[in-house]
Amino acid sequence: MSELHLSRNTIHFAEPLPLQSGAILSGYDLVIETYGKLNADKSNAVLVCHALNASHHVAGSNPDDAKDIGWWDNMIGPGKPVDTDHFFVIGVNNLGSCFGSTGPKSINPASGKQYGADFPVITVEDWVNTQARLADKLGIRRFAAVMGGSLGGMQALAWSIQFPKRLAHCLVIASTPKLSAQNIAFNEVARNAILSDPDFHGGNYYEHGVVPKRGLRLARMVGHITYLSDDDMAEKFGRELQRPNGEPQDYRFSFDVEFEVESYLHHQGDKFSTYFDANTYLLITRALDYFDPSRRYGGSLNRALAEVQAKFLVVSFSTDWRFPPNRSREIVESLLSNKSEVSYAEIDAPHGHDAFLLDDPRYHNLIRAYFEQMLEVQS
Amino acid sequence: MMRADFAAIANWIAPNSEVLDLGCGDGSFLEYLQKQKPVHAYGVEIDDARVLSCVQKGLNVIQQNLEGGLALFENNSFDTVVLSQTLQTIHETEKILREVARVGKESIVSFPNFAHWSHRLSVGFGRMPVSKSLPYQWYNTPNVRVLTVADFEKLASSLGLQILDQCILHEGRQVTLMPNLFGSLALFRVRRA
Repeated sequence: MSELHLSRNTIHFAEPLPLQSGAILSGYDLVIETYGKLNADKSNAVLVCHALNASHHVAGSNPDDAKDIGWWDNMIGPGKPVDTDHFFVIGVNNLGSCFGSTGPKSINPASGKQYGADFPVITVEDWVNTQARLADKLGIRRFAAVMGGSLGGMQALAWSIQFPKRLAHCLVIASTPKLSAQNIAFNEVARNAILSDPDFHGGNYYEHGVVPKRGLRLARMVGHITYLSDDDMAEKFGRELQRPNGEPQDYRFSFDVEFEVESYLHHQGDKFSTYFDANTYLLITRALDYFDPSRRYGGSLNRALAEVQAKFLVVSFSTDWRFPPNRSREIVESLLSNKSEVSYAEIDAPHGHDAFLLDDPRYHNLIRAYFEQMLEVQS
Repeated sequence: MMRADFAAIANWIAPNSEVLDLGCGDGSFLEYLQKQKPVHAYGVEIDDARVLSCVQKGLNVIQQNLEGGLALFENNSFDTVVLSQTLQTIHETEKILREVARVGKESIVSFPNFAHWSHRLSVGFGRMPVSKSLPYQWYNTPNVRVLTVADFEKLASSLGLQILDQCILHEGRQVTLMPNLFGSLALFRVRRA
């Protein structure tokens, strides 16, 4: 069995970064993990963009905690669909995140204090700019592929628009060209949960030595509901009551946790509130809301995608109601309209939005075939 | 294995043209076509395994059910739309033909000819035909419509399609004598009249 060759680095960028909002970040760090080996002509690099609550830790065991397995470990590694025996895969933690890259918890050099509420609002395009600078530092002029699911897919799409010459392939999975009003509404509920937590202190809760846990927990509960399909929830929990073994399945006529699904959501929310940063959650959901490459082209996605050169693989999942297949088809339709190279697969999987993280043979075989074809064309 | 109609269809397609192959299966035809001449092509296919085969061949493939129409494609966006041995598997026959004619400047439609003498004979003896061109039993066939050369001509005319060319084959060879009786595979090149 070949090795993953996991390596983790923090890379400092001293050059100021102008952001879409008009703010300028004087300097910043990005944490990255890489897997596999970069070949001599640096043509085998694959950038993996992460989704809402993920990080640079994409594959393998966390060097600091063997039990922490990368969020896309079923997809990336030796012999896996994105085979690190052939490809050099880079996982990068986005700016504004809470997993090591510069974010609201970092020290603001201007004040000497943690950024907190002062951390500027970040967009998907800003992230792509930081990732392009990262590529420059690594000497990678053109990625073999940029890929991502959900918010990661938006970054991949933005890459194809902002740096059309710098990626050969673009994989947009379970994503959308822009959020719907319903998507934004869910994000707003989540943000409001955080903003109205008494421990939030206008974003400067670090100074108070507290964390707006209740808000984060609620935000995650709302978000989590949108990640699963109705069928999947019915299958997992149905209307089962949360009762110890042997105890009768009777109602207690109270507002405590009654149903299994409530207990599951509480568990997910509690877990999330212990490791995720509230300011980061606000920033990332806002970046999701703002993303709309067609906006500067009078609402025309066709025109936004007119200059793309990458070959695309777009994948959606039938039961995803957060970013349903129709949203992916919008991207496909525009690519077709521009006669761009594109393949589109609609995987009939029961698991809703989260399907893009799960191990479905139809999905994984497709990604494997796509990457194998890349190698074949290269050689 | 190369299907008998591949060469005949490829003959009608111009080099460097835009091609859409509806119900492209495992991509064999598009792969064959691209070896014959440079074209820019997409396939459309519903079946997971066949979509995978297309990706393995490096083809552009769009997974979609043709019954829902061709909403992803703009009017006149292809020089040639190919509907090769797919028409007989579609419920909404008129709808798909209208869509094909909308999206393509020209279209090529091929289908097994139900009026081939061997099929007539089989039905004459009281059994549904099973042959090289209709290789299924009545209970397991993907074909939901059976039609003849004459039927297609009539439908094309009623849909306002002009027949530019036709080629009726049996065992890979062109049939010119009484094609609706002796041909087992029909190919038509059509466009909006």
